[in-house]
Amino acid sequence: MLNRTSPPAIKDAVEFDLILKPCQHFSLNNGVDVCFINDGTEEVAMLEWVFEAGNSYEDKNTIAATVNQLLKNGTSKKSALDINEHFEYYGAYLNRSCQNEKATLTLHCLSRHLPELLGVIRELITDSVFPREELDIHKQNSIQRLAVNLQKCDFVANRLIDQYLYGPTHPYGRVSNVEDIQAVQREDLLEFFSAYYRRASCRIFAAGRLPQDFTQLLNQHFGDLALNEKIAGVPVQKQMASQKKYRVTNDPNGVQGAIRIARPFPNRHHPDYKKMMVVNTLFGGFFGSRLMSNIREEKGYTYGIHSFIENHIAESALVITTEAGSEVCEATVEEVYKEMQLLRETLVDEEELLLVKNYMMGVNLGDIDGPFHVISKWKGILLNGLDERFFYESMDTIKKITAEEIREMAHRYLNPEDFFELIVI
Amino acid sequence: MIHYERFTLENGLRVLVHEDKSTPMAVLDVLYDVGARDEDPSRTGFTHLFEHLMFGGSIHIPSYDEALQIAGGENNAYTTNDLTNYYLQLPEQNLETAFWLESDRMLSLAFSEHSLEVQRKVVVEEFKEHYLNKPYGDVWHKLRALAYKVHPYQWMTIGKELRHVEEATLQDVKAFFATHYSPSNAILVVAGNVTVDRVRTLAEKWFGPIPAGKKYQRNLPVEPPQKEPAFQEVKAKVPLDALYKCWHIGSRTDENYHTTELITEILGGGASSRLYQKLVKENQLFSNIDCGHFGSTDPGLLYITGKLVRGVSIEAGEKAIAEELQWIKQDLVKTSELEKVKNKSESMIAFEDVSLINRANSLAIYELLGNAEMINEELGKYRAVTAEQIRDLSRRIFVDENCSTLYYRAA
Repeated sequence: MLNRTSPPAIKDAVEFDLILKPCQHFSLNNGVDVCFINDGTEEVAMLEWVFEAGNSYEDKNTIAATVNQLLKNGTSKKSALDINEHFEYYGAYLNRSCQNEKATLTLHCLSRHLPELLGVIRELITDSVFPREELDIHKQNSIQRLAVNLQKCDFVANRLIDQYLYGPTHPYGRVSNVEDIQAVQREDLLEFFSAYYRRASCRIFAAGRLPQDFTQLLNQHFGDLALNEKIAGVPVQKQMASQKKYRVTNDPNGVQGAIRIARPFPNRHHPDYKKMMVVNTLFGGFFGSRLMSNIREEKGYTYGIHSFIENHIAESALVITTEAGSEVCEATVEEVYKEMQLLRETLVDEEELLLVKNYMMGVNLGDIDGPFHVISKWKGILLNGLDERFFYESMDTIKKITAEEIREMAHRYLNPEDFFELIVI
Repeated sequence: MIHYERFTLENGLRVLVHEDKSTPMAVLDVLYDVGARDEDPSRTGFTHLFEHLMFGGSIHIPSYDEALQIAGGENNAYTTNDLTNYYLQLPEQNLETAFWLESDRMLSLAFSEHSLEVQRKVVVEEFKEHYLNKPYGDVWHKLRALAYKVHPYQWMTIGKELRHVEEATLQDVKAFFATHYSPSNAILVVAGNVTVDRVRTLAEKWFGPIPAGKKYQRNLPVEPPQKEPAFQEVKAKVPLDALYKCWHIGSRTDENYHTTELITEILGGGASSRLYQKLVKENQLFSNIDCGHFGSTDPGLLYITGKLVRGVSIEAGEKAIAEELQWIKQDLVKTSELEKVKNKSESMIAFEDVSLINRANSLAIYELLGNAEMINEELGKYRAVTAEQIRDLSRRIFVDENCSTLYYRAA
C-alpha cells in the first residue's frame, strides 16, 4: 500500500553547489565591452545595449525617458513607420527602457536575422532626429495615459513612496506631471541624445544562439562609434521626507487601498545586503512568506502582499507593498508591524529556515538555467560594479545564515519607526 | 520541433513527457478540463475560486506549498473560461515530490471550512483589485455580456458578481471536485531533465491508484449567429472616452484560426500595424488602439479597443475604424505585409518555446484541444495562409450584424 502521508525523500537544494556559467567577453575596436553567452535550444538571440543615459543625467524632468522612448521614431533617412516595419518584417522586437542610471535598447530576434537588424540599430543610436510631430503625438498620448494611471491607487502610491524615500528632486523620487510632459522640447531631446547616445558610455550584452561571425558583425556596426566615452556623474541630493505616516484619498469611493511601507536600505555592496536577501524572502519575498501566510492565507485581507529590495544601483529601499480592502487597510498595516516584531524577538525555527533556504536555492537553480537567464544574472552583477563573487557569496549566505543572524538583521532593519507608511485609497 | 512521448494510465489519465537534458529542472503540469464556461449562471466564478482551494491542503498533505518549497520548488496556477492549469518547477532530483503533491490533491482535498472562508475573501479582494478599483475595470464583463446571449463566455473567470463568490459553500466545493477533478478529466505533462521510464514509473505509482472518475460530459448552449448589431453605452468616472468593438469568430480548432490570428496582427499587432499607423499616428484619433482575439475552445471574439484622443468623438473614432476595415475586406494584403505577420508568428513561437514551463503548458493545452502534435504544426499553418483567405474571412467577420459595440463615456 502506497504511503501518501510521508513525503518522498528529497535532496535538500541547500546542498547544491550552483555554478553560474561564465560569460565570455570581447572588446570592440573602440573598447566597448561585449558580454555574451552563446548557447540555447532555440535559434533565437537577445542583444542589449546599455547606455549611461538614465534619468539621473537629465536636467529637465522626463527628458531621458522621452529620448529613450523615441529612439524608434525617426532618423534623417527613415520615418518611424519605416523603422517599425523593418523590425517587424523580421519578426524582431526592439524594446526601450529607461531607468535611473541606465537606459537600454533590447533586441529579440531569430538568430538568422541579426545581420539585417544591426545596421538599423546603429542608425537609431547615431542619427535619431526626434521629429516634432512624433514628439507631439508622444506627449499627447503620454498625458492621456497619465490621466488614466492617476486614477489608480497603486500607481499614485508608488509615486509617493519614492518621493518620501528620496525626495522629489532625486532621480529615484522624481515623477513626471502633465506640465513636465508638456514642457519637453525637441531641442532638449537632441541635446540629451548627443550627450548620452551619440557620445556614450555603452556596454553590450548578448545571449542565445549567436551567428559565427557575431564578433565581426558587432565590430562592423558599433566598433567605430564613440560609445566608450567617460560620462561625468551628476551629483544628486537626497532629501528624505520628515513626516513618516501618510493617508491619501485619491478616490472617495475606492474599495481598496494601496499600502506602501518602506525604509531606506543600502546597495548591493553593503555587507548586510546578502543576509537581508534571505530575511526579505522569509518576511515577504515569496508565497510562503510570513506576510503572505498571515495577511493573505490566514486573514484574507488581500490578494497578495510582498516585500522587496528596490533594484537601484546607488542606494536602495526595503518596501512592503499590497492592495487591501479599504476597511482592513489599517489592520493590515498593524499586522505588518507585528510580523516585524516577531522576527526581531523570536528566533525562526530550524524547519522554516531550511524551507526558505531550499526554496531560495531551488529558485536560483532555475534562475541560472538557459542563456537568457544567465545573461540576466551577469547583467545584474556587472552593472552594479560587482563580480561573480557576489553570486557565490550570496549562495553561501543562503546556505550558512543562522536564526540568530536573521534576528540580528531584523533588529537592525525591521523597526517600525524607520519606515515611511502610506495608504492611498 | 518539440519532442514528446505519450501514454495513458489505466484510469484514463493522459501523460505526456518532454525530455530536455539541457536543464537541471523538471516541470510538472496538470491540466483539468474545466473552465468558467462549465459554471452554473447563478454560481459564476466558482472554477477560479476552486483553483485557490486546491492549495488549501489535500487529503494526506496539510500544506501543498510548504511541501513544495522545502523541495526547492515553486508553482502557480490559472483558470480560463476553458480550462484550469496547475504547474510547478523544481530541481529534477526532487521530481517525486511533485508527483506526491499533485496526485494527492487529485485523489482528494481536505475540504476545510477555514480555507474556503479565507479564499472567498482573497478572491473578493482579487475581484476588487482587478475589476472594481481600476478605471475601465468592468468593461470586459459588459462586453462579454453584450456579445454572448446564451453561451457561458458571457461571464469572466472571476465571476459575474462578488455575491456569487461570497455565497459558495463547502457542499458546492465537494460536488465540483467530484465532477471535474479526476484522472479522466485531466492531462499530465512532465518536462525537463527527466526520462520517459522514470516518469512512467512515478506516474503509475502515484497517479495509477486514483479512481478514474467519470468523464465529464459537456453540454453547453451554442451561441446562435448574431442577427443584428448590438450596442451599449455606459458612463463612468474615467478620464477618457473609450470604444470597444467585437465580432464573433471561430474556435481555436476552427480551420480559420490562423487566418484570424494574422488578421488581428495586420490590424493591430505592433507599431507598424494598420490601425496604429492610421488612427494613432496619422489621424491622431486614438491615443492607443488594440486588436486581438480570444483563441478560445468554443467560438470566440475578435476585438478592437481604444481610447479616444480628448476632443475626438467616439463616433468619429468608430467611423475611422470602419474605413480601415473596409480596406482589408476589399483589397488583397500585400505580399510583404503578409510575410511580415507570418515572420512575427514564427519568432513568437520560437521565443515562447525558450521557456520549459511554456513548452509543458502548450503541450497540455494542445492535447486538450485534441492532439499535442499541434505544437509542431502551428508554424506550417501560419505559413499556408493566403492573401485571399485573409480578405475573404475579413468579409465574413467584419459585418455589422456580427458586431457588438460598447461606448464607454467619461462622465
